[in-house]
Amino acid sequence: MATMTIARAINEGLRASLANDPKTLLMGEDIGELGGVYRVTDGLKKDFGAMRVVDSPLAESGIIGTAIGLALRGYRPICEIQFDGFVFPGFNQITTQLAKLRTRSDGMLSAPVVIRIPYGGGIGSVEHHSESPEALFAHTAGLRIITPSNPQDAYWMIQQAVTCEDPVIVFEPKRRYWLKGEVDTGAPVGDPFTAHVLRRGTDATVVAYGPLVPVALAAAAAAEEDGRSVEVIDLRSISPIDFDTVTESVIRTGRLVVAHEAPTFGGIGGEIAARVSERAFLSLEAPVIRVGGFHMPYPVARVEEQYLPDIDRILEALDRAFAY
Amino acid sequence: MNGGRLPTAEFEVEEVERAARTAGLGQDRQAEPGMLRILDPEGRLADGMTAEIAGELVDFAPYLSTSDAPHLLSLYRDMYLVRRFDQESTALQRQGQLALWVPLTGQEAAQIGSGRAMEAQDYAFPTYREHGVALTRGVELSEILRLFRGVTNGGWDPRERNFHLYTLVLAAQSLHAVGYAMGIQRDQLADPSLPQAASVAYFGDGASSEGDIHESMVFAASFDAPVVFFCQNNQWAISVPSTVQTRVPLAKRAEGYGFPGVRVDGNDVLAVEAVTRWALEHARTGRGPVLIEAYTYRMSAHTTADDPTKYRLSGDEQEWRTRDPLARLETYLRSAGLANDAFFEGLAGEARVMASDLRAAVLSMTAPDLESRFAAVYAEPHPLVQEELRFFQQYESGFADEGKHA
Repeated sequence: MATMTIARAINEGLRASLANDPKTLLMGEDIGELGGVYRVTDGLKKDFGAMRVVDSPLAESGIIGTAIGLALRGYRPICEIQFDGFVFPGFNQITTQLAKLRTRSDGMLSAPVVIRIPYGGGIGSVEHHSESPEALFAHTAGLRIITPSNPQDAYWMIQQAVTCEDPVIVFEPKRRYWLKGEVDTGAPVGDPFTAHVLRRGTDATVVAYGPLVPVALAAAAAAEEDGRSVEVIDLRSISPIDFDTVTESVIRTGRLVVAHEAPTFGGIGGEIAARVSERAFLSLEAPVIRVGGFHMPYPVARVEEQYLPDIDRILEALDRAFAY
Repeated sequence: MNGGRLPTAEFEVEEVERAARTAGLGQDRQAEPGMLRILDPEGRLADGMTAEIAGELVDFAPYLSTSDAPHLLSLYRDMYLVRRFDQESTALQRQGQLALWVPLTGQEAAQIGSGRAMEAQDYAFPTYREHGVALTRGVELSEILRLFRGVTNGGWDPRERNFHLYTLVLAAQSLHAVGYAMGIQRDQLADPSLPQAASVAYFGDGASSEGDIHESMVFAASFDAPVVFFCQNNQWAISVPSTVQTRVPLAKRAEGYGFPGVRVDGNDVLAVEAVTRWALEHARTGRGPVLIEAYTYRMSAHTTADDPTKYRLSGDEQEWRTRDPLARLETYLRSAGLANDAFFEGLAGEARVMASDLRAAVLSMTAPDLESRFAAVYAEPHPLVQEELRFFQQYESGFADEGKHA
């Protein structure tokens, strides 16, 4: 066991992937000499060389497109997109090429490409640096999407993404990069495409993922002071979504709040609400309530605290759920 | 002979001519400085072919197959067969047997010449029009029609032929070609005994405007990737002429990326083959990428859904027909005494059988089960797909008694 930050855990996970399989390589802007703008790949170029840790030209479509070509040659590229809002020049390659390769080839070809994207707000940054575009990718069949919320998951889930035969997008909660936790490098965390119940409760369930998991846990602790027993689920995987774990919880608690930073409209919360209402309609004591961003481009940094779901927004949603 | 006459239905001629004058079209585009050629439109073979490329004098003699008679005949055969394939496919589309067809008539030399220049270990990334290249890579021509029949989005195993699936999103495949070439580089570092190889990125003058072409050339140059960019400039991106895509010959763009660019007469199969052989050797031997612009003409429509009479002059088409890639090689083969009527008649007979077999193959292609499509989305089990498959099976089984969806 070692204590490390999420950023360090991903670094160690990438290091393990590079060491385990000579076909893996990292690609991205400024990931080599600099170690990435968040230093997540710090030191890897020094240890594995320029052919395995590639400082790419500044072109996201180029990064994803060449990664697909490398995968066709038998490699396992791990791409870094510098910020969430900069993935869109690569969106075409991800959705029209990477996601569809297996279907187009009638199952003959795989594209085991990993795309790491630091995402989410709360870092006081400028435009395009604080977005949560996961729903745009979740809507695309052929992709898998995971998002770790703690160092232990981060260390293992990045490695599991690398060994997965399907393309995997790893959304990394950038404002939690320095969140510390225990990492057991000898104990894999199991299926990365499942949700984890982090806190048991009996009266309501809060589903969150990525950067909002600590917020959900804090909200549950606050609710407990009001005598409400709130269960917290870390979704971990956004595609596929582990509806079994969520549904099982809601059947026990009767109430569900889903929280994410992304705007609620057309989002992951809506999908979970729909599925749960189909699967556990008679168990629901209240409508599923979504907590998320508003239907606006991500706001300027000076007001992002008001925009981002926080403990109070989750508690307010719980209040509404308990009002039924 | 040679694919016959193309339809030249003319209406709104005045309008098209007026628009063409405004766009500066209809002018002589044959006199292209620096365009490499060994077999001219009249079927006359030049003594040799040399060019100054990136400051070096290149003599293409080692790459030319002009003195290899059986090879010349086989090049003609490939071009003839793929033109016949094109005609049969167009007919199949017109008869409602294909959803769409993308003709290649006029571009046979560019495709057969470049395809035949490749070695087995090279890997081609086509657009959706590279039927001639497919032929040279050993793809069954009927397999191509599976996509246009609507029974698959692929059609063949790319790894068996080193010929990737058709890519319909313009220019996307150029980055795949560069990435693949980066993989070749790494493989050869790990195992220098591997045969030297390169990838070939096919694209057209229309796609040259796409950002992915720019990014692929930047990546290729940055990493000295063993890739040949093969641009077929067929003059028209559906209705927009290449003069709207570029103000300089496309081959010249290579200079901006820092690697050689060559314009070759795309209707001269011998020149195309030689230039591509040279470029592949350049790439394979670690000297980096090359851009080839094969200057040609789409003698037919963009697709069977297109109507070229709306936007281009029939005079242009007529003029280009005098530069037909098959006709000029036929003229040469006859004048050099390398082929006679018996050869051409025999080939026509072979093509008739091929077309007939092709038609039978297309008519026997049946739709896949939608059920089978669930299995091709992900490589590993995916609970949502499995759940939806179970629903679909259950839903379908509800019709079993009625025999409607059996």
